[in-house]
Amino acid sequence: MPQTHEPQPLDRLLREHKFFAGLDPEHLTLLVGCARNTVFPAGAFMFREAGPADEFFLIRDGVLALEVTGPGQGPITVQTLVAGDVVGFSWLIERNHRWQFDGRVVERIRALELDGVCLRAKCEADPRLGYELMRRFAGLASDRLQATRLQLLDVYGHAYPS
Amino acid sequence: MVMRTPADTTGADTAGAPWVTTEPWRVANTRRESDDTVTLELEPPAPFEFSPGQFNMLYARGIGEVPISISSDPGEPERILHTIREVGAVTRALCAAEPGQEIGVRGPYGSRWPLEKAEGGDLMIVAGGIGLPPLRPAIYQALSRRDHYQRIVLLYGARTPVDLLFTGELAKWRSRFDLTVEVTVDAADRDWRGNVGVVPDLIARAPFEPGKTTAFMVGPEIMMRFTVRALQRAGVPDDRVFLSMERNMQCAAALCGHCQFGPFLICRDGPVLSYRQLAPWITLREI
Repeated sequence: MPQTHEPQPLDRLLREHKFFAGLDPEHLTLLVGCARNTVFPAGAFMFREAGPADEFFLIRDGVLALEVTGPGQGPITVQTLVAGDVVGFSWLIERNHRWQFDGRVVERIRALELDGVCLRAKCEADPRLGYELMRRFAGLASDRLQATRLQLLDVYGHAYPS
Repeated sequence: MVMRTPADTTGADTAGAPWVTTEPWRVANTRRESDDTVTLELEPPAPFEFSPGQFNMLYARGIGEVPISISSDPGEPERILHTIREVGAVTRALCAAEPGQEIGVRGPYGSRWPLEKAEGGDLMIVAGGIGLPPLRPAIYQALSRRDHYQRIVLLYGARTPVDLLFTGELAKWRSRFDLTVEVTVDAADRDWRGNVGVVPDLIARAPFEPGKTTAFMVGPEIMMRFTVRALQRAGVPDDRVFLSMERNMQCAAALCGHCQFGPFLICRDGPVLSYRQLAPWITLREI
């Protein structure tokens, strides 16, 4: 039997996502008003370094590579993100709201896109929502910071004997 | 005064006959796994029994002796593998060994992976860098008794794609429906199609039931500490998390004290110890 992808209501997708677990239903409704479904084909860029970070994404399926390119070398992937992962905190935390990396689609991505400009306005109007989102995105930024520190430590270097 | 507590992972007590050596073992074959890592296939003079997690002391004549984990299938006692990373004079000499050459071997020493504790539940195996070889015998043994476990999950991290070990075997394991394999590297170029990120981040993505999971882990100690925290966050109890500790083992017979780690001598009480045993000591700088 051929598989069908029934469209799922945005509120259900957001409510069931672990990142928004326990969020006040009233706030969830505010989020739904800024959300839409989106699809990116393999090879596309979801965003580019230094571009305006006016949105973030919840990946439903697919693979995204965060890349950085330096002079004289090709793109280096610093992290891959998959289904269930949240992409982007610059829309809220970063001062000028700019993407810090290129986001290249490795495998076709279906995602929920949340409009950061819309959400920032709602956060300004409702500080409780603003605090709740800031708390969750600060946690996400903290996790990424810890992972980055571990990568910088180069723990698999030659200090570890066999 | 802190008293030493017995490890709950021991199966061998080799300290009673520390210096018993067999006649030299012959190198049957060698295989380069990466730029700095080689697997030696050794032929023991007689079938050699060991438990997953144990190590041998390998002696390069005229140079010295080092502890190396056994990386082969316990079900193949005529063919013993050791996967060695070049980090010093002895390991360089061992990595340069040619087929037909003889090597001194004593062992097996140390505690084993407590595979029986995972029976009936999920088994999670977490390896970082050169930490995969000491876990491979446990993987072989678990797969040979596959129906004794629910899910088996292997999470493996390395610095870059070219540093990954046992790539052919990883591909075969990945093709199995009864084994979940997730591999990640710290950084990669576009030729790499797999995960990029750190091993602890794989825990949140892995399929397992925390309350019924037993985890075995080998890797750089910092990586293991971060991974233990990820397992704790997920709800895996400390007494179901087992680490293989690496210390400066010189005699392997609990005599010299070089491998002391708090109340433990790693060569005798370890290398495999539960996190419950290690927790008071593992973050102390003085150890």
